Amino acid sequence: MENFTPFSALVGGAIIGLSAVILLLFKGRIAGVSGIVGGVLLPTSGDFFWRVLFVIGLIAGGMFYQLFGGSTENIQPVVSAPLLMLAGLLVGIGTTLGSGCTSGHGICGISRLSIRSIVATVVFMLSGIATVFIVRHVFGA
Amino acid sequence: MKQASRNLVAVLAGVLFGLGLSVSQMIDPAKVINFLDLFGNWDPSLAFVMGGALAVNLVATRFILRRPRPVFDSTFRLPTKKDLDVKLISGALLFGVGWGLAGYCPGPMMSSLSFADGTILIVVASYLTGTFLTKWFLKQQDHESVKKDQACVG
Repeated sequence: MENFTPFSALVGGAIIGLSAVILLLFKGRIAGVSGIVGGVLLPTSGDFFWRVLFVIGLIAGGMFYQLFGGSTENIQPVVSAPLLMLAGLLVGIGTTLGSGCTSGHGICGISRLSIRSIVATVVFMLSGIATVFIVRHVFGA
Repeated sequence: MKQASRNLVAVLAGVLFGLGLSVSQMIDPAKVINFLDLFGNWDPSLAFVMGGALAVNLVATRFILRRPRPVFDSTFRLPTKKDLDVKLISGALLFGVGWGLAGYCPGPMMSSLSFADGTILIVVASYLTGTFLTKWFLKQQDHESVKKDQACVG
């Protein structure tokens, strides 16, 4: 537990929460990243541009963090390229099939007390935990 | 004017989201994997990210959804499905495996493009490919079932 950072986690979480509140209050939309990105890739008419703006904002937000002195120096992928490719594919397929990710289900859906989102969040948390267990403690990677 | 405000809201929400992911260090896949590593070197920090976000949203969402409509738009567009179907469960299952393998979920992945090196591009590109193919496949399936329904009616 040497890297336990509850304070920055709580503050960052609250900022993410504020983002979701703003999107819902002003635009009536769910701040689910997988859903927003999916709508950029296969758009329906009149429902494209705001999604692009949101994604640009996501990247710009990371840049602001660095501008304000946040460091990303030591952050890098922790697995090899083939595993990154497999992981990316699974995340894309899974979030599309399951209609959401950590943000859409885990934050917005649970806040609406959606049963689907609560179940999805429990399932992806458990399968994530099981995956790390198998990779780290069974195969010892 | 209204269009400009709508666009501004989308950018602002995105920026805050990206900033929150960075401040909370969700953009660090090593930290994400340590959070999922309950039986090893467990780092519970990321539970606090969700806690912080939920604290704000659980309260605010109730009040917002009492409004007749959002400030800059005509309707709230919320998911309408209620059933726990195979797609939801299998999708969440696959997503969890991908998340646990590399430590990236979609938000942090996109935000990481702010300091991307080549390897981050690999995970983003395959995520976008997986999303596109699955969306396309689901769309085809929808068309098929509509055709079948029409055939029955005819």
